[in-house]
Amino acid sequence: MKKKSISYAKWGYIFLLPFFITYCVFNLTPLVQTFYYSFLDYKKDTGSVSIFNTGSNIINNGFCGLDNFKTVLGEGGEFFKTLKNTTVIWLIGFIPQIVVSLLLAVWFTDLRLKIKAQGFFKTVIYLPNVIMASAIALLFYSLFTQGGALYTVFDKFTSDDISLLNKVGGARAIVGFINFMMWYGNTTILLMAAIMGIDPSLYESSQIDGATPSETFWKITIPLIKPLLSYVLITSMIGGIQMYDVPQLLAGDSGNPSGSLKTLVMVIQTGKDSNIGTTAAISVLIFIISAVLGLLAFNAMNDKPVNNKKKKKKKTYPAKGGK
Amino acid sequence: MSMTPDVVGQSTGKTALLIRRIVAYVVLAFLVFISLFPFYLLIVNATRGKVQTGIQFFPSGNLPGNFKTLFGHLAQGRYGSIWKSFANSFIISGISCLLSVYFSALTAYAIHVYDFKLKKFAFTFILLIMMVPTQASAIGFYRMMISWGLMDSFIPLIVPAIAAPSVFFFMKQYMDSSLPLEIVEAARIDGCGEFRTFNSIVTPILKPAFAVQGIFTFVASWNNYFMPRMILQEKKTIPLVLQTMKAEILGNPQMAHAGMMNLYMVLAILPVVIVYLCLSKFIIRGIALGSVKG
Repeated sequence: MKKKSISYAKWGYIFLLPFFITYCVFNLTPLVQTFYYSFLDYKKDTGSVSIFNTGSNIINNGFCGLDNFKTVLGEGGEFFKTLKNTTVIWLIGFIPQIVVSLLLAVWFTDLRLKIKAQGFFKTVIYLPNVIMASAIALLFYSLFTQGGALYTVFDKFTSDDISLLNKVGGARAIVGFINFMMWYGNTTILLMAAIMGIDPSLYESSQIDGATPSETFWKITIPLIKPLLSYVLITSMIGGIQMYDVPQLLAGDSGNPSGSLKTLVMVIQTGKDSNIGTTAAISVLIFIISAVLGLLAFNAMNDKPVNNKKKKKKKTYPAKGGK
Repeated sequence: MSMTPDVVGQSTGKTALLIRRIVAYVVLAFLVFISLFPFYLLIVNATRGKVQTGIQFFPSGNLPGNFKTLFGHLAQGRYGSIWKSFANSFIISGISCLLSVYFSALTAYAIHVYDFKLKKFAFTFILLIMMVPTQASAIGFYRMMISWGLMDSFIPLIVPAIAAPSVFFFMKQYMDSSLPLEIVEAARIDGCGEFRTFNSIVTPILKPAFAVQGIFTFVASWNNYFMPRMILQEKKTIPLVLQTMKAEILGNPQMAHAGMMNLYMVLAILPVVIVYLCLSKFIIRGIALGSVKG
């Protein structure tokens, strides 16, 4: 029967073509190449030194099995060192971010609290997210460098004359703070959307039952936004793995002080012309971590058992009232 | 645990609410301060002179002088043409934004409207690659661009924007909510070709989604530092100029002109901030829409 109608299926394929061709050429092929390089003894010829990255003095010594992975994962290898740096800096930013965002999201959606000028607050807290991260980094660099505006403020609290940027803890705290400042607005807005998706009658009935705000928060809000919370956590981790602009501009390619700001992705930039094999091995590890996290995020958003159950339960109540 | 709160209970509830409200506004005021103060300092510093020591809360009068220095020979010699850095950033971000929005919509349209064998596979595939960071394949990309002779060219920074999974995802969701298939069918009955239907009937409906995603992709490209740093050598985008400036503060602090650098930073973030402030309502709505499924 259906054969009588015209088949439009071919248009589906045609319209998909640009996306898939571009993806295969500019993403998939390089990805496969990266996996391939990670098994090659492929690095700069130390005999000749060239200033230009033309790639002419890079020698491919052929297949070397898992040697590159052994190098980067082994003692003195860059993987665990940079992974640790990345994780520590990410945590410094993420922990205050999730606490503040939850608090704000609850306040903004609280019907009794009735926060005014929400549009203004949301606009302001999201603003740092659209601003160029490298400009923010350079701004903080100029503020905290010796003689800078905030250097003189913070210098009063310390006995030595060293800028925060040259202390491991201080430099990491600055990067963490910038990450916090750039992302808490985004997280707040996501969490607000999740909280507003909760049926208001749940809050009303809890209020009638005399629940305190903190009880409502822990027993209604948190369980119901759990899928989105894990989504936020995982996507923030994926973002954290890609951290580059801020630490690179604050601390340079070597991630000073003493390499404490060198993140995973910075290894790719520094090794792209010298150690292609090991750099590719690190890239493969980055890919694996993000793929695992990505699948977790995918699952977190797709099953919401708690949500569905509650919704069914609630729907029976209004029926009693009748319309 | 009485069911009906007595008078005393009600009034304590009211003071509790008042206290919570005060705490909330104090915290919010503090956060507003944190979010804006660094940029206020940036603007003040853009009006100060070459050497800046210590904190200053009110603007000085060096703004015209800083403008002259920034667009003068001195800056040109050190950082290359300042105009050009803006033009480069604008060309790259503008074109990649247009490509990304148009082709993502086309891809989403293919999945939304047509029925074909590989439809489900294509959709899942795009969702899966959404989480793969571009950095993971960067080394392969870099070597490939070297062998293709595309170093220092804009092509590697622009063309990949055609395949933007997250923009696709947003477009697909937007179509689910506001593009009824009846419109497409009506166009077919009127004898409109498939491609023309998309271009002249569907894209006007998608305008709001185009605007929001256009801004997001433009901003992402404008602010991008990682890829241009890998690909560009002689040509410079804004973040690359910022990097040169930072190297100068570090290596040659006597020569660095702080007022001029701060002015450059202000100009670098200004276009995005203006657009954001004008359209913040739509942008903020867009964030929640793009990420929360269903």
